[in-house]
Amino acid sequence: MADLAIKAEELVKWFGEGEAKTLAVRGVSFEAYFGEMLYIEGPSGSGKTTLLSMISGILRPNSGCVTVEDKDIWSLTADQIADFRLNTVGFVFQDYHLFPRLTTVENVAIPLILKKVDWNESMNVSLRYLEIVGLKDRAYLTPTKLSGGEQQRVAIARAIVSSPDILIFDEPTASLDGDTGRRIVDFVKKDILNEKRCILIVTHDSRIFEYADRIMKMEDGMITGIVKGVQRAE
Amino acid sequence: MKGILRIAFKLLINDKGKFAALLVGITFAVFLIVMMTSMFAGILHRASSTVINIGAKVWIMDPAVNTVASSIPMPDYILDAVRSIDGVKYAVPLYSGASLVKLRSGVYQAATVIGLDDASLFGRPELIEGRIEDIYAENGFVVVKDSEFPKLDNPKLGSEFEINDHKGVIVGIAKVTTGGLFGIPTLYTTYNRAIQYIPSTRYTSSYILVEPKNTDAIDNIKVQVKKLGYDALTKDEFIEKISSFYKYQTGLGINVLLMTVISFIVGLSISGQTFYTFILENLEKFGALKAIGAKGRELVYMILFQATFTCLTGYGLGIGLSSLIIAVAKLRLPSYAAQITYGNLLFAFVMVLIIAGISSYIGIRKVIRIEPFDIFRG
Repeated sequence: MADLAIKAEELVKWFGEGEAKTLAVRGVSFEAYFGEMLYIEGPSGSGKTTLLSMISGILRPNSGCVTVEDKDIWSLTADQIADFRLNTVGFVFQDYHLFPRLTTVENVAIPLILKKVDWNESMNVSLRYLEIVGLKDRAYLTPTKLSGGEQQRVAIARAIVSSPDILIFDEPTASLDGDTGRRIVDFVKKDILNEKRCILIVTHDSRIFEYADRIMKMEDGMITGIVKGVQRAE
Repeated sequence: MKGILRIAFKLLINDKGKFAALLVGITFAVFLIVMMTSMFAGILHRASSTVINIGAKVWIMDPAVNTVASSIPMPDYILDAVRSIDGVKYAVPLYSGASLVKLRSGVYQAATVIGLDDASLFGRPELIEGRIEDIYAENGFVVVKDSEFPKLDNPKLGSEFEINDHKGVIVGIAKVTTGGLFGIPTLYTTYNRAIQYIPSTRYTSSYILVEPKNTDAIDNIKVQVKKLGYDALTKDEFIEKISSFYKYQTGLGINVLLMTVISFIVGLSISGQTFYTFILENLEKFGALKAIGAKGRELVYMILFQATFTCLTGYGLGIGLSSLIIAVAKLRLPSYAAQITYGNLLFAFVMVLIIAGISSYIGIRKVIRIEPFDIFRG
């Protein structure tokens, strides 16, 4: 059996107080392993983004515990959590959040720069990762000159450039057409996922379910089931 | 440069429209601040032109004197008393007054008349034409060739005029360090001729100029002169007294201060608003940086760097622009008084730092409050 990457125990998160109090996640527990691609699937408002935020060190749960690589992340200080996000987690945001005023290679290099890697070395490493995602020839263009799929790949390169153990994708295909979306996820599965890496994908795009190792279904802040990935019909 | 600051730098300058707007705002504010304060400094400097041009180390005057022009004549015994003070190397009287000069064309022109001690001519200006000895000649006057010189019909050596029904002859043309403030020409003559030609009060010494034996003697001279009921001020103290009068008792200071404050507000409004818009447009990106692992203080450094860089660049441009304008204006308009001092530069620098601080604060407040979770939620 693969090593345990993430262990979430009885996570609870609510927003607001009094009558406005909304329970977003209700006692969720699950485990994710290195070498697997775990989908979190559910309708809008089901709590999947909130759950993802709590296990990636972005949103503090009201109760419960998140252990990543045997470390209780919510017992860390604010700076330590920031370092955890920088060193252990790679994010691919739904809207990519690339800097339009920076070149593609500079966008990719941001995590390395935050890790205080020398500027030139950051650029060299980022160029290698752009090559991995097939965009080396776009390195010195700004993201605004790239297509949606290309921007997605830049965001992936930025997420993996610091070699994080855990990759988090938030609705990675939401802005892409079906073919491009499938190509991106196929690329992630074949070229990015490895036995030392765990990938969590929040999505409700059933067209990419075929790439999942497991799919965790959520509804009303609770896990309603975990199923094996769906095989694509040839 | 640290990588994160380099990123901040690129984010700033690659947004050319906003960067240009920020620079224009800061440059304009610095330009206005420097122009206003330079004009004020120039006016104050010119208000003390006689003190600067005469160059005496110690001036003795009535305590009620606020400016060179508002002298209150002192009795002659004061000069004798001052000469007997321990530490005084020598002391001479100075006449400073104004009179109407009737030119050959029949036109009357007001002029400042400085009467120099007959024996020493202490405080005489540097002559560019003529010989200083000729000031002792009958009706001899030396005219200062400054921006007001043409008002005396551009006199030459030998030019004649009337002053209070006395004949005057130009025997020398001089240059001085600083032009006067009130737009009237300056004539130098001997003390005795000045008090003879120009209607005077019972007492005639406007000031007593003192050369102390050494700097340490000045304190004793001040004490002794005080006992006589008069003030002994060093050159710098007298200049400061004149400046204080114009700053605080004429309304000039408050008017210039108001204009400077308006310039500051204009600059702050433009740059603050533009910087705020710049931060708002990049807010999600800052949130994304936070989510990726940037610490709050790193984002603060980025914003402080951006604001400081913009303000310092705008400061440099503003100083350059105002220096250029003042230099060109002085070439074309000799009477243009503005002058840039270290004090002006420092004042504008402090104003710019305040603008940078306030602009940064606005941005930092927004960025500190952005939660990475908001980025996830879209």
